Amino acid sequence: MRVTKKSLLSVGAVAAIVTLGLTSCSSGESGAEKETTSPEAAASSLTVWVDAERVDALQGAADSYSEEKGIEVNLVGKDTADIKDDFIQQVPTGKGPDVVMGAHDWLGELSTNGVVAPIELGDSAADYLPVAVDAATYEGTTYLLPYAVENIAVLRNTELVPEPAADFDDMIAKGQAAGLDQPFVVEQGAEGNPYHLYPFQTAFGAPVFGSNDEGYDPADLQIGNAGGDDFAAWLGSQGKNGTGVFNTDIDGDIAKQSFLDGKAAFWLTGPWNVGAATDAGIDVAIDTVPSPTDAAAAPFAGVKGFFVSAESKNKVAANDFLVNYIGTEDVQMDLFASGNVLPALAAAAEEASKDPIIAGFAAVGAESVPMPAIPAMGAVWENWGIAEATVINGADPKATWQKMAADVQSLIDG
Amino acid sequence: MSIKTDDDAVSGVKLTKRQRRASHIADAAAGGVKVLLLKLLLLGVVDAVAIYGVVILATAGQWLVAAIVVGVAAIVNWIYFSRRKLPAKYLAPGVIFLILFQVFVLVYTGYIAFTNYGTGHNGSKDQAVSSLMSSSLERVEDSRAYPVTVVDQAGTLGLLVTDADGEAMLGTADTPLAPVNATIEDGRAVAADGWSTLQFADVIARTDAISELSVPFSDDPNDGALRTPDGASAYLYTSSLTYDEQAGSMTNLDTGTVYQDNGTGAFTSEAGEVLMPGWQIPIGADNFVRAVTDQRLTGPLVYVTLWTFAFALISVASTFFLGLLLAMVFNDARMRGRKYYRVLMILPYAVPSFLSALIWAGMMNESFGFINQVLFGGASIPWLTDPVLAKFSVLLVNLWLGFPYMFLVCTGALQSIPDELQEAARVDGASPWSVFRLIKLPLLLVSVAPLLIASFAFNFNNFNVIYMLTDGGPRDASAPIPVGHTDILISMVYKVAFTGQTRDYGLASAYSIIIFIIVAIISVIAFRRTKSLEELS
Repeated sequence: MRVTKKSLLSVGAVAAIVTLGLTSCSSGESGAEKETTSPEAAASSLTVWVDAERVDALQGAADSYSEEKGIEVNLVGKDTADIKDDFIQQVPTGKGPDVVMGAHDWLGELSTNGVVAPIELGDSAADYLPVAVDAATYEGTTYLLPYAVENIAVLRNTELVPEPAADFDDMIAKGQAAGLDQPFVVEQGAEGNPYHLYPFQTAFGAPVFGSNDEGYDPADLQIGNAGGDDFAAWLGSQGKNGTGVFNTDIDGDIAKQSFLDGKAAFWLTGPWNVGAATDAGIDVAIDTVPSPTDAAAAPFAGVKGFFVSAESKNKVAANDFLVNYIGTEDVQMDLFASGNVLPALAAAAEEASKDPIIAGFAAVGAESVPMPAIPAMGAVWENWGIAEATVINGADPKATWQKMAADVQSLIDG
Repeated sequence: MSIKTDDDAVSGVKLTKRQRRASHIADAAAGGVKVLLLKLLLLGVVDAVAIYGVVILATAGQWLVAAIVVGVAAIVNWIYFSRRKLPAKYLAPGVIFLILFQVFVLVYTGYIAFTNYGTGHNGSKDQAVSSLMSSSLERVEDSRAYPVTVVDQAGTLGLLVTDADGEAMLGTADTPLAPVNATIEDGRAVAADGWSTLQFADVIARTDAISELSVPFSDDPNDGALRTPDGASAYLYTSSLTYDEQAGSMTNLDTGTVYQDNGTGAFTSEAGEVLMPGWQIPIGADNFVRAVTDQRLTGPLVYVTLWTFAFALISVASTFFLGLLLAMVFNDARMRGRKYYRVLMILPYAVPSFLSALIWAGMMNESFGFINQVLFGGASIPWLTDPVLAKFSVLLVNLWLGFPYMFLVCTGALQSIPDELQEAARVDGASPWSVFRLIKLPLLLVSVAPLLIASFAFNFNNFNVIYMLTDGGPRDASAPIPVGHTDILISMVYKVAFTGQTRDYGLASAYSIIIFIIVAIISVIAFRRTKSLEELS
């Protein structure tokens, strides 16, 4: 009897400890975040949330900043999938970081939630690639310190096809001449993948939104214009009832596998997949996206960078750290080394372009346009891919496309 | 130790009354000290953790939570130091966990359901105002970057600016820039007479004041004001918004539009134009009203609800009957190698369901999947892309995932039915089918029925399978929201509230409460019904 009582007591005590521990954790969060909330530490430390894979690349900049300015920089590695939602939820409670690493297309959401503070790039704005500065600006205000520009391009297996293709049809012909059933693969899926199909759409002259001097204009939906109809018709002709170049059963993994197995000679994808291809022993060349028309096929550019929290108590240090440290060539090169994505700073981009792969992506990127960050994009994404997938699978191109444009318009109008 | 003495006493070693009493006292004293020490130690740990927590919370200004921690710690101490309170000693840990993990979550979900928490309504009104003000600042076009030094005079901050000609100017929040005598180093004014220069550490320490500091460029407010984001360079800004604290309204200086706080959680103009971000406010039952009346949702809501019921009921029935069948087969003593088969049967249960669902999704791919390529010799059967077949596929995969559980449960229940009943029935000439229908099944249901209800509730909200297998697809192109033919309520709610760029936590909470109520009502009715089964045994 006493034995039971004793063990029960210990169970109870453990439970209570855990409970109390949890209660205190729930508002204290991890060690690094605590320091921003306690007043005496607030004056001398910056908390930076970083994509877990980039922590090492930034450590050097953080250390040298601490040394020079006497401000401790705590790098907190976060899972890429959670970083945005965590940031939006924690900033209003005053517990979020001072600086967060993210992508420019978050801007609409971050700014609608009022969780980011403007950044002034000052005269250094001219030192960045123009597409990076455009992407960093939202409704005329700059919020992002860019560090990398990412866009898709065509990876070519040089053993199968030694020469780059002149246009889309040439690409298919070259692949077939090499004896391939499926010369070209691009990531799709049951719900379509407009990001990867966008270069072809731009070649037909159908951007999503028109632009004004403050960036994309949500009031000017362009997706359903005449070029959009032409694009849809072309997409249908390359789909299930046509040449079969596009297939919604091909998802990211299947596309990757066919390229790695040598079943496809051309793969429209981003720099994140180059490593897998070279590791598989494939001699890869980077080509511009072969256009189905006379116009260039311009992909979306995604710009990565750093935001300052609207509730940061250390805005001066945060701005100083970003503009005067992260914005230097050395740090941009460190970040480049860790991710192999083209740096946003022009000087660093030039340096990085000594690598032919990076130079290839940079050449395609020169034609790219920033992915729209305006919240109206949410309505577009919801319908865009589905419409493309149904067209590929044989639906009437023009009717499907126009219905999609009308649905998007009604969603935007609310 | 103490058990051993108890055993000795029980085993009947003869002791005198005095000896017995003495040994009891000694025993109690010995155990008491040990127990007491352990108790002190453990409570000490609890209190230490509590004090640590309180210190952390107090420095963070979380007074309410700190008070709760103090309260809980006090109650725990009181309960375990008390000589009586035996029931409380047993109940306290469980109750604390119940409150923390169940009651708190429920109450919080309930609270969120009555607010407009979501994209654009994320923080407090003050935060919204300051965010609007800071984003309305626009750098004057083609204005230059001014090297600045932050200076201080009796607590008043000033900006010491070096202008284009290398001349020093000084201004504060109240006085516009004016020429001043200053020490210039490397073409940059670093100190002015009568003002002390802030070092970088001081700048950092007074970040808030410096980020607020706005020095008028001239007497004309239209010329803008200098602000320094990093304490080293300043830029000329004009603001397009102004906030009137008295009236609680925002005015756009360029257009003259006035945005009022109408109690909707955002500044709204008369024309209905809304300034984002807004802030979080309680909005009563609006979310619940919207959940059932929203034009976009009411259409899909009906068929999604019907499919959810069908999905949950068919899943429970199919898994139960397959599990029961297999349990009966493997329960037959004539079957050899039953152990190995049973292990095989449980395998699907051992793999996490979201993983298996993902693998099934790959196998059911129309052009490349294992099923079409290998089993059907390259046929293109649209397992996941045809509305009807997709529903069938979801049910099939859920059957595969769910039957091992039912198999385990039924095996256990079957083994608890005495063999004599079956023997007796057989002697009376009953056929195997009537033995099963009239004896085994009813007895089985007594113990399994509550589990079937639980399984129904689980499948009603079986998000994993839907999300990983079809993600609700194929999409219903005619619906105005991204809902698909296999979406169940919970996955539809997820899509409405959490996908895309607008999150609506309030609406999602309202939905989850509605779903909770549906499941609760069904469970209560079903449990009432199964009571009649219990009379059997």
